[in-house]
Amino acid sequence: MNFLERVRTCRYKRIDSKTAEKIVEKLLFIATLSSTLIVFFIIGFMFKEGIPALALGWDFFFGMIWRPPHNQYGIVPLVVCTFIVGIGALVLAAVIGIPAAIFLAEYAPTWLRNIIKPCVEMLVGIPSIVLGFFGLIVIVTFIRDSFGGYGECILAGWVILAIMTLPHVISISEDSIRAVPKAYKESSLALGATQLQTIKKVILPNARSGILAAMVLGMGNAIGETMAVLMVIGNPEIPFIPSSILDPVRVLTSTIVIEIPYAVWGSMHQHALFALGVVLFIVVAILNAITTAVMKRGEMGGGR
Amino acid sequence: MSNIEVSGLNVYYEKGTSHALKEVNIEIETNKITALIGPSGCGKTTFLRALNRMNEVNEVMTKGKVIIDGKDIYNGGVDVIQLRKKVGMVFQQPNPFPMSIYDNVAYGPRIHGTRNKKLDTIVEESLKKAALWDEVHDRLGESALKFSGGQQQRLCIARALAVNPEIILFDEPCSALDPISTSRVEDLLRELKKDYTIVIVTHNMQQAARVSDFTAFFLLGEVIECGKTTQIFEKPRDKRTEDYVTGRFG
Ligand SMILES: Nc1ncnc2c1ncn2[C@@H]1O[C@H](COP(=O)(O)OP(=O)(O)OP(=O)(O)O)[C@@H](O)[C@H]1O
Ligand SMILES: [Mg+2]
Repeated sequence: MNFLERVRTCRYKRIDSKTAEKIVEKLLFIATLSSTLIVFFIIGFMFKEGIPALALGWDFFFGMIWRPPHNQYGIVPLVVCTFIVGIGALVLAAVIGIPAAIFLAEYAPTWLRNIIKPCVEMLVGIPSIVLGFFGLIVIVTFIRDSFGGYGECILAGWVILAIMTLPHVISISEDSIRAVPKAYKESSLALGATQLQTIKKVILPNARSGILAAMVLGMGNAIGETMAVLMVIGNPEIPFIPSSILDPVRVLTSTIVIEIPYAVWGSMHQHALFALGVVLFIVVAILNAITTAVMKRGEMGGGR
Repeated sequence: MSNIEVSGLNVYYEKGTSHALKEVNIEIETNKITALIGPSGCGKTTFLRALNRMNEVNEVMTKGKVIIDGKDIYNGGVDVIQLRKKVGMVFQQPNPFPMSIYDNVAYGPRIHGTRNKKLDTIVEESLKKAALWDEVHDRLGESALKFSGGQQQRLCIARALAVNPEIILFDEPCSALDPISTSRVEDLLRELKKDYTIVIVTHNMQQAARVSDFTAFFLLGEVIECGKTTQIFEKPRDKRTEDYVTGRFG
């Protein structure tokens, strides 16, 4: 055995490779475990802090009045407003986003697509506080000047949230349109169908689950979004169920942000804010679960 | 019934940098089966798709004349929808739509405005012509994707027949099928040529010899030789054709 060989074997002997492997495996496992634990810790903490308010039961979940100074913690107006703002924004995003996705996937020549796609994706990169600021200065002012009222209202929330969800709706919808097998499209065209007929009868039905998933995911984003919405929807002192899209509203997220500074430590008010967080978390989790389920069903039904 | 005259056909891919078909001249006869043979990448599919302008789905440049029924299909006045109705196509992979058997066959006629009762007749007749009716007549509502590859390919043939074409283009219709399904499709081709003009791309020399009346041999985008199938296989004029049909091709 020459010298070099001895050095080599000696180095390997110090920690034999099996032990090393086991140690690395343990370390990797600990890293994974800690990230999972953090999730459970946060969820557990939220529930624990929220329980006193959640325990109000009917008065909490179905109460019509949210007025902490009077110890009234009914979340109905907040939840209703949250869904009004979220669904409206989504409809707006869909009305613009789905046609845009169809255009990008089916009609746009490559060069145009290479310009448009990065622009759309750039929207994601705009910090939400900047969008909110823009919304406050431009959209709110515009609404106030053209329709009257305060300007800070549901409509402004819809517009700003639609802008924020648009890139997700466009890119997921476009991907699912592109994922429709080329063979379907070609056989349709070869039978003498026009491009439009092919899109309507073959491409959209097959991309449906992906588009649907995009919508639900967009909804989850819209409902969980805070900063930009907070800045444009007005947040009235006492939340109420609106009767016009020009009414100011309060949503779950904005309520938490606004009231945290006033909530006395350990008070019912603080517990109620945590409970709002729990409600928000559950709604978003359900929407995400629906997205996953819809996507999965699409994979099984659509492909071959 | 229509015949096809192709003259001086050139097709270029990738903005003219890739010359896929070079000065192709062929005449395709009515109510006959014409087989296109040649090594992979020689332009058979490109040629086939030039006959119903399906190349236009991708970015291509086409020059030359393809005259069907006395009209040049690359002349501005031709309606591509009418052209594709007249010139049907069956692809290499069986590719029924993910819908029921009925809806697959009815797809074309519906697109072109046929409704209700007439649709039932068309579906039944097309499935009969494609020799599939007996196997599926009581399962018309079931998803096409549940059927075997051979059945799916015959369904695709029925789907093409349903728009009442005069010419049918087949691009390696049997390459994804087992021998039994293959021979059923071949029987079907022989049956269909009574009513239709058929052009078929195949990699299988025996298949070309078995079913076709005429054969064209392609090499690197050019037609090296075309003529009666018996002549091409028994007395090829060109050395390269001989090498290819006897399997000695390098
Ligand atoms: N969409 C396309 N874009 C660019 N080049 C293409 C495209 N389709 C085909 N080609 C090129 O054109 C030439 C002919 O292709 P084609 O598909 O017609 O050959 P083929 O004879 O059908 O081959 P195979 O027997 O493998 O199906 C090939 O060199 C191929 O690389
Ligand atoms: Mg081919």
